[in-house]
Amino acid sequence: MVKEASLTQSNGVGRYGKFGGQFVPETLMTALIELEEAYDGAMADSTFVDEVNYYLKDYVGRENPLYFAEKLTKSAGGAKIYLKREDLNHTGAHKINNSLGQALLAVRMGKKKIVAETGAGQHGVATATACALFGLDCVIFMGAEDIRRQELNVFRMELLGAKVVSVNKGAATLKDAVNEALRYWVANVEDTHYILGSALGPHPFPKIVRDFQRVIGVETRRQIMEKEERLPDAIVACIGGGSNAIGMFHPFLDDEDVALYGVEAAGSGIETGLHAAAIADGKEGVLHGAYMYVLQDDDGFIQEAHSISAGLDYPAVGPEHCHLHDIGRVKYTSVTDAGALEGLQLLARTEGIIPALESAHAVKFAVELAKDMAKEEILVICLSGRGDKDVQTVRNALGGGLND
Amino acid sequence: MTDMKLTKAINDCIERREKAFVPYIMAGDDGLETLKKNILFLQEAGVTAIEIGIPFSDPVADGPVIQEAGERALAHGVTLRNVLKELASFNKEVTIPLVIMTYLNPILRYGIDEFIKDCGDSGIDGLIIPDLPLEESALLRDSLVGSGIALIPLVSLTSPPDRIRKITAKGEGFIYAVTVNGITGVRDGFDDDLAAHFERLKAVSPVPVLAGFGISTPEQVRTIGALADGVIVGSAIVDAFHRKDLQAVEALVKA
Repeated sequence: MVKEASLTQSNGVGRYGKFGGQFVPETLMTALIELEEAYDGAMADSTFVDEVNYYLKDYVGRENPLYFAEKLTKSAGGAKIYLKREDLNHTGAHKINNSLGQALLAVRMGKKKIVAETGAGQHGVATATACALFGLDCVIFMGAEDIRRQELNVFRMELLGAKVVSVNKGAATLKDAVNEALRYWVANVEDTHYILGSALGPHPFPKIVRDFQRVIGVETRRQIMEKEERLPDAIVACIGGGSNAIGMFHPFLDDEDVALYGVEAAGSGIETGLHAAAIADGKEGVLHGAYMYVLQDDDGFIQEAHSISAGLDYPAVGPEHCHLHDIGRVKYTSVTDAGALEGLQLLARTEGIIPALESAHAVKFAVELAKDMAKEEILVICLSGRGDKDVQTVRNALGGGLND
Repeated sequence: MTDMKLTKAINDCIERREKAFVPYIMAGDDGLETLKKNILFLQEAGVTAIEIGIPFSDPVADGPVIQEAGERALAHGVTLRNVLKELASFNKEVTIPLVIMTYLNPILRYGIDEFIKDCGDSGIDGLIIPDLPLEESALLRDSLVGSGIALIPLVSLTSPPDRIRKITAKGEGFIYAVTVNGITGVRDGFDDDLAAHFERLKAVSPVPVLAGFGISTPEQVRTIGALADGVIVGSAIVDAFHRKDLQAVEALVKA
């Protein structure tokens, strides 16, 4: 559709193959250029990096365990399964890694106000937390449908001092929240930093989010070497925008023997059209500042995503993942709502760990994958978040009771 | 590219010591059949050119009035493709320049070359693409060479001087100078430094400079118009057409 040559010839920066770029209103361009300069300066400054690491350790609780899930392994009857326990972070998910780093960056840039979007509320809670810690004003945009699904997270954000603004446009989910956050940022760009929560959006956001999430993969690599004295054979992570997955995958990209699997949300099933699997069913296009695979119709209008998990309910996938798909380095697959519910219950029963619905997609696929692997092989699941926030949703989905 | 029809129309205004007036309308607000009627009405009222907005699912640069108009148009099944087809059906009756304002993704789906060809057949003289900044503009610019269609750049209050020079150097048709930080829509006041901003802009731009975003009353048309070579009025026109208040439309045009 778009000629490959024309995309790579573009002067644009921040490209992953032909994906990424900076497709934003002119009002934001100066802020993006400033952000990139500030970020590069910060990362080259050991004082800043030490400060981020200090908070990751003493505030977030890193490093979190790489846990050998012996019971789950036995239940699957194949490869040894390890869980990277991002669910044990302060605020209950990997999102805090990025929110904390970007909040410190905002402080360094002299910005006193923060805007963010949230889907499941995990990024909103993480951002509200970081803003409370560093004394920043915080406005969070959240779709009205997600507010309904994640009532308690809204209250958590408010307890932390954030202002939560309900978005009633479109399907009133994550995509619409990003639209409103972008509009707010355009209007308040001079004193406000936008803490984007996934590896999405215009350059340099996909890079910044990835770099702050890389700690997941860096720790996993060190931990598996300590425990097994070798790298894993496979790593599985769920994909909405793709921040936990890119953070986990990135330190392993050059290790060709480590198979990497990204699991999209297949909602009611890819064939029903009601899903959030942009790599499986999307077409190349531009949304929220980046060239990506996007769920869209023949007229180029963006379609609504559908998933039981609010955090995966987004109609595109971050640009670096699109590129990793094109070059075949990461294999992208999908799990339905029903599959995720099975994964969630299985992990709860076997290990006493209730995963977030997002992470449950990865659990479900990983267990199927492990079955086909040899017993001496090793598989790591990125357990990106805990399921406390989803208990009500799961209860409703299971008809108020348990299906056994 | 000062010889383009669009630039010429605005320069003719300047020579007559008048200000250019470019209204924005949402294509197919209240149905696609309103498009011809509204364009011919504005032409008759004496506007310099018309900016035709294409509805989009995710219009991040637009304020509430245009967002709602876009939702109404989408509900009527309006798309980039059927707007161009409709325009082609009556373009012989249109003598003033027409400019399409659309987000980038519908153009990518359409296919860049086919889109430009169809724009030519529909009598389109310029394109405004709010999510295509200078850094990414090569994507369309190369395909537009020789088409006679201007790629109209936006300059914002946040654009620093060296960036303004780079943007205006590639300016075609006119420069769309955004007069506020933020999205389209009705506002009470403007930045005091606006006069200096326009002085700098006009000094470096090879093409006329039109002001847009937040200009909604005849008084604002006059005060902002005095600083620039002309104005673009969006939300107030869209709102007036939607209310079928043609007098309000004329009051803005004649301001």
